[in-house]
Amino acid sequence: MERKNPIVQIKHVSKSYRRGSQIVPVLNDITVDINEGEFLALMGPSGSGKSTLLNLIAGIDRVDSGSILVDGVEITGLVETELANWRANHVGFVFQFYNLIPVLTAFENVELPLLLTRLTRKERKKHVEIALAAVNLSHRLAHYPAQLSGGEQQRVAIARAVVTDPTILVADEPTGDLDRKSAEEIMDLMDGLNRELGKTIIMVTHDPRAAQKAYVIRHLDKGVLNDVHHQNSV
Amino acid sequence: MITTSGMALVVFVFATILMLVQGLQQTLVQTGFEDNLIVIRRASGSEVQSGIDRYQASIIETDSAVASGSDGERFLAKEMVVLITLPKKGHAGSSNVTLRGVTKKSLELRPQVKLVKGRMPNAGSTEIITGQSLVRRFDGVNIGESIRFGKRDWTVVGAFDAGSTGFNSEIWGDSDQLMQAFRRPVYSSVLFRLRDHDDFDAVKVRLESDPRLTVDIKREARYYEEQSEVMAKFLRILGISITVIFSLGAIIGAMITMYTSVANRIGEIGTLQALGFQRTSILGAFLVEALLLGLAGGITGLVFASLMRFVKISTVNFQTFSELEFGFALSFEIVCMVLAFALIMGFAGGVLPAIRASRMNIVDALRES
Repeated sequence: MERKNPIVQIKHVSKSYRRGSQIVPVLNDITVDINEGEFLALMGPSGSGKSTLLNLIAGIDRVDSGSILVDGVEITGLVETELANWRANHVGFVFQFYNLIPVLTAFENVELPLLLTRLTRKERKKHVEIALAAVNLSHRLAHYPAQLSGGEQQRVAIARAVVTDPTILVADEPTGDLDRKSAEEIMDLMDGLNRELGKTIIMVTHDPRAAQKAYVIRHLDKGVLNDVHHQNSV
Repeated sequence: MITTSGMALVVFVFATILMLVQGLQQTLVQTGFEDNLIVIRRASGSEVQSGIDRYQASIIETDSAVASGSDGERFLAKEMVVLITLPKKGHAGSSNVTLRGVTKKSLELRPQVKLVKGRMPNAGSTEIITGQSLVRRFDGVNIGESIRFGKRDWTVVGAFDAGSTGFNSEIWGDSDQLMQAFRRPVYSSVLFRLRDHDDFDAVKVRLESDPRLTVDIKREARYYEEQSEVMAKFLRILGISITVIFSLGAIIGAMITMYTSVANRIGEIGTLQALGFQRTSILGAFLVEALLLGLAGGITGLVFASLMRFVKISTVNFQTFSELEFGFALSFEIVCMVLAFALIMGFAGGVLPAIRASRMNIVDALRES
C-alpha cells in the first residue's frame, strides 16, 4: 500500500467543557494523523468525545491546548473570520439531521456554500447540477426539503458538502436518522466519493454497518484514542 | 403577522395625527389670501376679540396702499364677527358658529368663496347665506329655513362653497344689519387688498405707528396660519405622546417576534455558520428581516391612514372658539416620516435578537437542530 501524506495532523489536543461549576474533560492529549484520501470512521460510546474531535477538525470548535493542521494550515491559530473563510473553502459538512434550509429548494441548498465564492451565477449553476447529478438527484432540483425523503435529503446535504470541492469531508452520524436501505445508499455514496474522487472523509458513527465502509476505524473512549483497524484496502 | 398588525396600528396612529395637523394647517392657511391684509385691534389675537371703530376703519380705508376694485371703489371690507350657538345635527348639544357680517366686497376679496345656491343677502335685509360644511353639520341652515339670533329671525337665501377653507364653516350676513342686531358699534376687522404686493412692510409700519390707530396688520394667510398654531401644537404633542407609548409596545412585540424567529432557526444559524457564513452576514440578515417587518407594518398602517383622507372632522378651534371642519391631509413628508418611523421601530425591535443570533456558538446551535 502506498503511503500517503497526512492531510490532518492533530497534535496533543485537549478539550474540556464547563458544566456549571464542573469542568468535564472530553479529549485528553490526542495526537493522530489522518492521511489524504483516507476514509476514517470514529467510533465510541456516547460522550466519548468523537463529535468534539470532529468539530475541532472541522474548525467549528476551539481546542484548549494543542494544535490542528489541515493541509498545512494551523487552524487552531486562525481568528474567527479567518476560520469561517477557511471552513467555506476547505470543509464539507454532512450532519445527522441533514440541516438543509427548509425554505430553500434542493438546488438553492446546494448553491448556498457557493455564494461565498467568486463564481458567477452561471458557474454556480453548473457546479450545483454536477453535484446533484453525483448524488442521483438531478430530477429533484426544484423540490423543497419537506418534499424529499430522509435519504434524499441526506443526498442533497452530501451534494452541498462536496459542491465546493473541499479538502476534507466531515460527517457526524450521517446515517443516524435513516432506515437501513437509505443508510446503505448514503454509505455507498460516501464510499464512491472516497474511492472514485479520492475525498478525505472523517465520519463519526455509532453504526457498525456504516463503519464497515470506512478504510480506517478508530475507537475513542473517555477522551483517549485506542486502537486502529485497517480494512478495505483503498 | 400579529407584530406587523401591531406596528401597522402604531404607524396608523402616528400617520393620522400628522395628517390631522397637516389638514388643520392646510385648512386654515388656505383660508387666507396672500395679498389680502387683515387689520385687527392690537394684541387682540383674533377677529372675535378685536374691535375697530368706524373712525379708525375710515382711516384705513383711505390709505394709499388699498387697491381699487374694477368698479373704482376701494377693494376693502369692514367686517364684524360674532359667535352664535346652533344645534348640531344628530346630537343633543349645540356648538359655536362664526357669524360674519360682510359688505359687498367681502366675496370679491375671497376668490376661493363661491356662491353655489341661491343669492347673496340684500343690503339692509335680515338675510344670510351659509357655508356648505355648516349645512352638513347643523340643523335649520338650509335655503328657505330661518334661524333666530340677535332677537331677529334670519332667512337663509343662499349657500356658498369655500372649498376646504375655514369660511366653509361660517354664516355670512349684511354687516350693518348684524351690527345693529347685536348692538355692536364697532367692526371686528378690516380686510383689504394690497395695491402692490411689496407694499406690505411700508403699510404695516405706517398704519401700526399711526397715533390714531391701535391696530395689528397682518397678511391674511399668516393670520389664519397663526389661528392654527395652538391647536396644531396641542394635536402634535398629544399625537406624539400616544405614538411613543404605543410604539414601545410595538417595539417589544417586534422584539418577541424576532427572538422567536431566532429561536426557531438556531439550527439554520449554526448550519450557515458551519458552512462559512460570517457572523456579520447573519447579523445583517436578521436586521434586514426586522426592517422588512417594520416596513410591512409601515406600509399597512399608511394604507389605512390614507383612507382617513375621506373622513372629515369638526372641532372647536381654541383660538377662535368657533367650530371648524377639516380633514386629514397626506403629504410626501408625512409618508417619509412615517416610513422612517416604522423602520426605526423594526430596527429597535430587531437589533438585540440579531446580535444574539450572530453571537451564537456554532456547536451549541448545531446541537439544537
